[in-house]
Amino acid sequence: MSMGMVFALIGAVLSTALAGIGSAWGVGVAGQAAAGVVSEDPEQFAKVLILQLLPGTQGIYGLLVTFITLSNIGILGGTPITDTNTGLMYLFACLPIAIVGLVSAFHQGKTSVASIGIVAKKPDQFGKAMLFPAMVETYAILALLISILSITNIH
Amino acid sequence: MAVVKMQLLSVTGLKKNRKAVLETLQSLGIMEVTTDFIDDEGLKKMETDGQRTTFLKRAESMDEALKILKTYVPEKTGLLDSFAGRKVLNVREYQNFVGQRGLAIEAARNIGKLEREITECKGTLLKDRNQIESLKPWVNLDVPMDFAGTKTTGVLIGTVPGTRTEEEIYAAVYTAFAVEKAKLAEAEKTGNAQNPPEAAFAEAEGKAAGKTGATKTGNAAKATERTQNASFANAEHPVSVEMLFSENDSTGICVLFLKRDAETVAEGLRKIGFARPSQPESAVPAEQISLLEADMEKTEGKIAELTEEIGKYAGERERLRAVSDYYRTRAEKYKFLGTIPQSGEVFFFEGWVPEPQAERVQKLLTEKYDAIVEVEDPPEGMVTPTLLKNNKFSASVEGVLESYGLPQKGRVDPTFVMSIFYVFFFGMMLSDAGYGLVMSFACGIILLKYKRMDTGLRRAISLFFWCGLSTIFWGLMYGGFFGDAIDVIAKTYFGYTGDGILKALWFEPLTNPMVLLIWCLLFGVIHLFMGLALKGYEALRDKDYVSFFADVIAWYMLLIGLILMLLPSDLFASIAGMTFSFPPFVNTLAIVLAIAGAVVILFMAGRTSKNFIIRIALGAYDIYGITSWLSDVLSYSRLLALGLATGVIASVINMMAAMVGGSGFLGPILFIIVFLLGHTLNIGINALGAYVHTNRLQFVEFFGKFYDGGGKKFAPFQTANKYIEIKEEK
Repeated sequence: MSMGMVFALIGAVLSTALAGIGSAWGVGVAGQAAAGVVSEDPEQFAKVLILQLLPGTQGIYGLLVTFITLSNIGILGGTPITDTNTGLMYLFACLPIAIVGLVSAFHQGKTSVASIGIVAKKPDQFGKAMLFPAMVETYAILALLISILSITNIH
Repeated sequence: MAVVKMQLLSVTGLKKNRKAVLETLQSLGIMEVTTDFIDDEGLKKMETDGQRTTFLKRAESMDEALKILKTYVPEKTGLLDSFAGRKVLNVREYQNFVGQRGLAIEAARNIGKLEREITECKGTLLKDRNQIESLKPWVNLDVPMDFAGTKTTGVLIGTVPGTRTEEEIYAAVYTAFAVEKAKLAEAEKTGNAQNPPEAAFAEAEGKAAGKTGATKTGNAAKATERTQNASFANAEHPVSVEMLFSENDSTGICVLFLKRDAETVAEGLRKIGFARPSQPESAVPAEQISLLEADMEKTEGKIAELTEEIGKYAGERERLRAVSDYYRTRAEKYKFLGTIPQSGEVFFFEGWVPEPQAERVQKLLTEKYDAIVEVEDPPEGMVTPTLLKNNKFSASVEGVLESYGLPQKGRVDPTFVMSIFYVFFFGMMLSDAGYGLVMSFACGIILLKYKRMDTGLRRAISLFFWCGLSTIFWGLMYGGFFGDAIDVIAKTYFGYTGDGILKALWFEPLTNPMVLLIWCLLFGVIHLFMGLALKGYEALRDKDYVSFFADVIAWYMLLIGLILMLLPSDLFASIAGMTFSFPPFVNTLAIVLAIAGAVVILFMAGRTSKNFIIRIALGAYDIYGITSWLSDVLSYSRLLALGLATGVIASVINMMAAMVGGSGFLGPILFIIVFLLGHTLNIGINALGAYVHTNRLQFVEFFGKFYDGGGKKFAPFQTANKYIEIKEEK
């Protein structure tokens, strides 16, 4: 196996691992806040559940990039990499979603906690509450896009 | 696609018709009462708070009773019953219940009483259980716990801290006797003064201290000393120690001694931290426990009895619901009554009525109740409540609009435009024909089966029905049906080896994401331009031609000019892999448009400011807003990203299913399990993502161009039914 394969695999693993860590943290804190609201007002369950899930998407984006990478580098399909440079390219292509996924999920989790606070006090303002965490997610989406565009264009 | 115009109705009626007028208006539910404009000097308002509170309290007691019934005798409910809406009662049934509302009050009171009794019983159970727990260690004691002894003997029952052996307890007692003895000897020797009392005392203390070492180390000398002490004491001061228990770092003991030794024994025990139980029972523990157990059994029986008693009221649910709604509606009426000014013979009120109904209400009140009704258009600058009217399809996004904020009076209602883009974008993001099918099918069935859902819920579900259809469309465009399920199944189980079976009608996003990205941005530009167009429409309707030209047309010119300049550039060609070449006059036109637009914005955007410098500065700042257009357009890249996410994750699920289920007898079963679980998860998380991000595109990007909400929802005076709906008899 070439060194390139190793680098590409490191990239693939990082994108799921880092983005997943961020999402786990974000969904975790939001879940604690959500549980607190439900203990007082069980009717808000569906709303706070949605808010809790919002930071969970980064983990999925990471998985997505990992999967596309694996199916390009000859592990789940495609042709195996033979040179180190290509492998490094895959590694760097994976970094946007890995890093931004980690950090944005962390902050989105905090924002979700705050939005869950809105729902606890004013359940009818759910539409607005949902928007704040969604703003954070934009950057994860942009990172995902760049990762995908880079990976699909490496030849 | 419109905000319904409101008209102000001023009603003056005779007091004798007051009840009838109010009840009619309440059952019609088309007037939002306002008392802001009536100068009520010389008029009085009725004090209705007391009655209103009484009614609300009664309604609450019914609700409480219904809640108790739900806890003790749950109704059988289906999974989808929450969609069923309120129960329909015909007028006669309703009148029946209301006529005998005393029965409902009685029932609610009884249910409440029974529940309180049950709570009490549960308290007793808890108390008994705690008492048994605390008595259990003492179960070996065969005298009452507060037993003090007989005529000649004394008894001490209690605990010492730590785990102690029987010998240690004896040692503690005997040490006390030894000290006592030393003291007596000292008293006899008074006068000799050879042996100060302190020394004897210290010696005794030394012995006492030594006892621990003796037991722990098995020091023979100390042990002998202790035995000597014991034999000495045993003769003169018989003591018997009974070990009862040793747990949780404390030891229970019962010490029997002669009454005359009481003080010394107590002193010895005190040294090792003896304490009596805080609340000694005056009964033998074992007997007490069996008594308590019997009591618990009895109490449990009583709870069962009471629960059964409550169960008898299960049939009263309907009555309770009807009467609860009756009181709530009545409280609403009294709230209204309390706000209207009245004189000796007449009463007044004003309210907003949607224009189409205004005449009908006027006619009804005038002809039937001899009221004087004036209808007028809302005065200039007056805030009126907002009621939207849209076609069936567009009305389904009204809930989404409401969560952002309704349009104010005189502002444009964006519902129609928004509904089209909403459904379109949602489909692009979820973009899987299989998922769309599941969503539309489920929502369609619910819509067909439950006709009387609440309006809000019905709209939400029909919104997802439409979004599902759009998802099917985009799924077919992208060639996704549960990801690549058809191909995977064909390859795994039918040995198919050819190309993909389900071909994308357009193209598969992953094969050329860059092109799809450009398309997404194009959709974004169209969406944003629609927003700008709505702003223009508003300006035209209000005959504000300057604003139309400076704020809308100028921006169109600038943006279209810039886009036309960008398209043929090398930069765009290298990014998108597409080349545009326009005839030269288009290139010139682009530059002219962009410059003309920019100049108009520069000079006109700050036109409210009189100072020329500030005006130009404001205009320049407005041009800087071009960056927000750039970020807004780029934001539509989420259409691509989320669309890819659904498809790729779905393929991952299919691949995993094929891996576990590829071979063997159990293969297909495993395949189905993984397939169902995986796709259920994926549809959930991606539908959520699509929902959130479609909302975001509407609220932030689209509304950012023209809309600010802030309207107040039309809230007519109406019945406040929570459980039932009353059907008029034909």
